[in-house]
Amino acid sequence: MYQVVVPGDFLSEETKRAGEGTYVEEGKVYASQYGIASERGEIKVVPLSGKYMPSKGDVVIGRIAGISFPFWIVDLASPYEARLHVSALSGITREQIEFGNMSEYLDVDDLVVVKVMDVNALMKIELALQEDIELRRGGRLVEIPHTKVPRVIGRNGSMIKMLKEKCNCFIFIAKNGRIWIRGKEDDMDLASMVILKIARESHTSGLTDRVAEFLDSFRKEKERGLRG
Amino acid sequence: MKEEIELIKDGKRLDGRGFDELRPIKIEVGVLKRADGSCYLELGDNKVIAAVYGPREMHPRHAQDAKMAVVKFRYNMAPFSTDDRKRPGPDRRSVEISKVCREAFDPVIMRELYPKAGIEVYVELLQSDAGTRTAGINAASIALADAGIPMKDLVSSIAVGKINGEVVLDLNAVEDNNGEADMPIAMIARTNTITALQMDGRLTKEEFGRGLKLAMGACHQIYELQRAALVTRYNQNYESKKEEK
Repeated sequence: MYQVVVPGDFLSEETKRAGEGTYVEEGKVYASQYGIASERGEIKVVPLSGKYMPSKGDVVIGRIAGISFPFWIVDLASPYEARLHVSALSGITREQIEFGNMSEYLDVDDLVVVKVMDVNALMKIELALQEDIELRRGGRLVEIPHTKVPRVIGRNGSMIKMLKEKCNCFIFIAKNGRIWIRGKEDDMDLASMVILKIARESHTSGLTDRVAEFLDSFRKEKERGLRG
Repeated sequence: MKEEIELIKDGKRLDGRGFDELRPIKIEVGVLKRADGSCYLELGDNKVIAAVYGPREMHPRHAQDAKMAVVKFRYNMAPFSTDDRKRPGPDRRSVEISKVCREAFDPVIMRELYPKAGIEVYVELLQSDAGTRTAGINAASIALADAGIPMKDLVSSIAVGKINGEVVLDLNAVEDNNGEADMPIAMIARTNTITALQMDGRLTKEEFGRGLKLAMGACHQIYELQRAALVTRYNQNYESKKEEK
């Protein structure tokens, strides 16, 4: 069973084990966020909501929000905008990109997979482009709260593995809650529907089994429909 | 001096409450889809909706703080929330209340975790019956938690006042308009830390002490309701999902 906690709830007296979503006051650990308490390893609170905070090494899906030579301004679904320098694009020299033509390479609203290289104290975020995943054609974006991402992946990737198999889709989950799906139209419909369902029910137990059941019954019904 | 109106009959107030009794409170969490956190709250005939957005990029830029998030708090009464139509928009009163409410949350919101960002709290009064700022603070507290904003604690708030010479809890509009004093307070229930206190009218030192004690006791009751609203939201979902299956 899980335990829902609210800010200020007493968690423990072991201040050395205090982790994320907690704070220590007068030798006691209290919750600082609304979420689910967890005591595996460190004492922490897994939040039920909240904004994604970029941290070094995260691979996320960004949306180009603006162009300010020589940077692209990238929205990461976080409180802070990040900048991507033109030199991040491979195979293009600095001379080829000029003031007016940056949008020919990446335009506003384009999606990019980026890795967070550094975040400083002023929340200035440096990015590197990951060009191995193409996010322009033949797919679609699903957005869920970033707090639900671990649930969509599942323990040791069990949930995502099942989704990929049963939905016949390429699925890429970014840490900021943006998910890229590529596949046939009706497969993508199913995948995005199921992902949103997982996000909605992320706090319930036995979710992987329930989703499997749901996918199987959906498939069966569809086959019956095609025959009839 | 106004003519005194009888507000207490046979040891009961006009609405039948005892001196230390709260009005009924109803709380609903997460009522707005597009807000990061929200709450609908009723305190007697007060109806208030609180929405929280952020942390997000702070605008205007010059108001950013390089070290911590800036909290914007807007208390607003709907034109139809009072007996006589209220002229819409901010006025002296609502600007002041917004400031007081914002500062009531200062000791709890961990602003230093979000440098340069802004956290926006909107409190809209749909119907008012005295004690609106306390209802607003109670709702905003829950909406902030719902938005996943790191906080040290929830803030609970209630007013006490004096009517017909008696110190009573949680004045309604009739009592407020015809009473001798009104004193809203906000506090952190766990640590008994008062984060806001105002007083309108006059109380003796002894009455002040009695009133404060009454209000602090009530804040503990409200805290339990706030906490329960947040906790049952997820446990309830859990139960209903099980039934569906």
